[in-house]
Amino acid sequence: MIGRASRERSARRAGVALGLALGTFAIAGPWLTSHRPAEQFPDSVYAPPMRPRVRDESGRFRMPFVYALRLESRLEHRFVEDRGRIMPLRLFRNGAILSVDPTDGSPWFPLGADALGRDQLARLAWGTRLSLGVALGAALGALVVGAIVGGLAGYAGGVIDEGLMRAADVVIALPAVYMVLALRAAMPLVLTTSEVFWTMVVVLAAVGWPFPARGVRAVVAAERVREYAEAARAIGASGTRILLGHLLPAARGFLVVQTTLLVPAFVLAEATLSFVGLGFAEPIPSWGSMLRDAGRGRTPVDAPWLLAPAAAIVLSALAVNLAAGAVVPSTAPPAGRGL
Amino acid sequence: MHRGLLTYLLRRLLLAAVLVFAVASAALVLVEAAPGDAVDGFDLDPAVAAAERHRLGLDRPFLVRYRDWVSRAVRLDLGESVKYGRPVGQLIGERAKKTALLGSTALLVATLVGLPLGVFTGSRRNAATAVAGALSLILVSVPPLVTSFVLLVLAARTGWFPVGGFPASGDATSLATTMTYLALPALALALPVAATLERLQSQAIREALEEPSVRAALARGCSVGRVTWRHAFRLSLKPVLAIYGVIVGGLLSGSFAVEIVTSWPGLGALMYEGLVSRDLYLVAGCAAAGSIFLALGILLSDVALALADPRTGGAA
Repeated sequence: MIGRASRERSARRAGVALGLALGTFAIAGPWLTSHRPAEQFPDSVYAPPMRPRVRDESGRFRMPFVYALRLESRLEHRFVEDRGRIMPLRLFRNGAILSVDPTDGSPWFPLGADALGRDQLARLAWGTRLSLGVALGAALGALVVGAIVGGLAGYAGGVIDEGLMRAADVVIALPAVYMVLALRAAMPLVLTTSEVFWTMVVVLAAVGWPFPARGVRAVVAAERVREYAEAARAIGASGTRILLGHLLPAARGFLVVQTTLLVPAFVLAEATLSFVGLGFAEPIPSWGSMLRDAGRGRTPVDAPWLLAPAAAIVLSALAVNLAAGAVVPSTAPPAGRGL
Repeated sequence: MHRGLLTYLLRRLLLAAVLVFAVASAALVLVEAAPGDAVDGFDLDPAVAAAERHRLGLDRPFLVRYRDWVSRAVRLDLGESVKYGRPVGQLIGERAKKTALLGSTALLVATLVGLPLGVFTGSRRNAATAVAGALSLILVSVPPLVTSFVLLVLAARTGWFPVGGFPASGDATSLATTMTYLALPALALALPVAATLERLQSQAIREALEEPSVRAALARGCSVGRVTWRHAFRLSLKPVLAIYGVIVGGLLSGSFAVEIVTSWPGLGALMYEGLVSRDLYLVAGCAAAGSIFLALGILLSDVALALADPRTGGAA
């Protein structure tokens, strides 16, 4: 029988591995395919995912290959595998780790193609960069602001403490979605990609900072009166130095826990904003904007591979929940209100 | 009646009122600050647009309009929506009811499923509880945005439920019709919450079973089932109830995604429509209604927490 402790350990390991895999995909993903995310293939609209194979029709083993797709009905977007046309997979050619030669027949879509005949894998790879980038950037912003505000409140005490913490309480009591929507709406509806990126980072950080701030304040206020802080003060260290060099490091563990709560909440926030059309817009892929595409009409029923970004959202949350040994999950406090 | 509780409640309500007002004002200022206004969306002739702005009072300075809005808002008149041409209060009344219905149904379902399941998985260990635990760990990671998508696909494939939306005839629809349309969005919203509650309850009951009072009850010879459900369950309620205030906030956020995906005509969807069409007073009203929901939810969970605490013994 497996003990509880060892099961928790392997759950943590699985979470970390999953997180690393997502990170690797974000970095190396664009080299997995020879297509660019906005590249359209009119003959491959709603092409299904094409599975690599090692056995051909006659059951003979050969080097990895895919069958070319033949468009059977353009109207119904029906495709069949053309068993007669074998496209060998090539290593490190066409600017990708694995690809097929364009001259071999149809293009290769490992994750299928979307409504405009764009490579879903290329879009997912670039989208992962944007979505995780926004979430990590916003989490970093919220942590830095939270650490500064919380550190100041905990160290200064008195009126400053009272004022800053009341402000944090007010922000926490706001309905987060509605505030994020209103903050985003204060910007023009159409923005360039980098403007969208930074707007989202700032907006999400603005809603998320009170959660780390409250915890950091508690840690700093408790540590401030400990002997080592007294000693630093006695030998003449400045207030800033005591705060940054001695007290904030004590809140390190807490900040790590906060990160695991904020990141999934912000991933979801980006996806929701882009999904409703207030985030990244066509043709820029992010998990949210891809989901928006997938949600049109009956496509999620007819082309379920377009739900890949939903799977990515779930996997990112799962990675964090597993790694954090989450009994209290990321959808719960305190980041749960971060959308 | 305890005076302490009364003043506490009054102070909380006053704070909530101030907060609601602040949220509505902030929303108003933010949307005002955005480029474009409600008239732009209609693509009118410049002269007509100017006349329309004059009629709606949009050509007056913002501070004057804000003063008017405040003086009307204290009399619960939230102004008129440009998009719908109807009073904002009326619109919000209709839509907030739908969001409240969705949210409370989801919370009820999640509680009825999550808590007993949590007691079950927390109080014993076998293959079934391991599977249930793993399942809810996965489900916890699936946000309502995704569950509503998956359920939509399921509904479209099987035809078990209507695929989103709500019958147009509004209040005239029967309870049964409402239920069939409610099933999908409510389930989408409830699943992650149920999983969250299950995980928490499981952990809480496991800890409660280690408590000396519970051990003592076992030593006295009370049956395991009785001890689990009567003694330990009561002890475990505190950490679980403490989460409800947070869950209400999560429900409000999740409800927004579910409303958009499943075309459920709720408050979040209304706020979104208001934002896109730059409908100032509509946005402010929705933001206010949203913060009322949140404040109310947190207040209720605090009261429930006080009532469940054995030290106050329900007398608070």
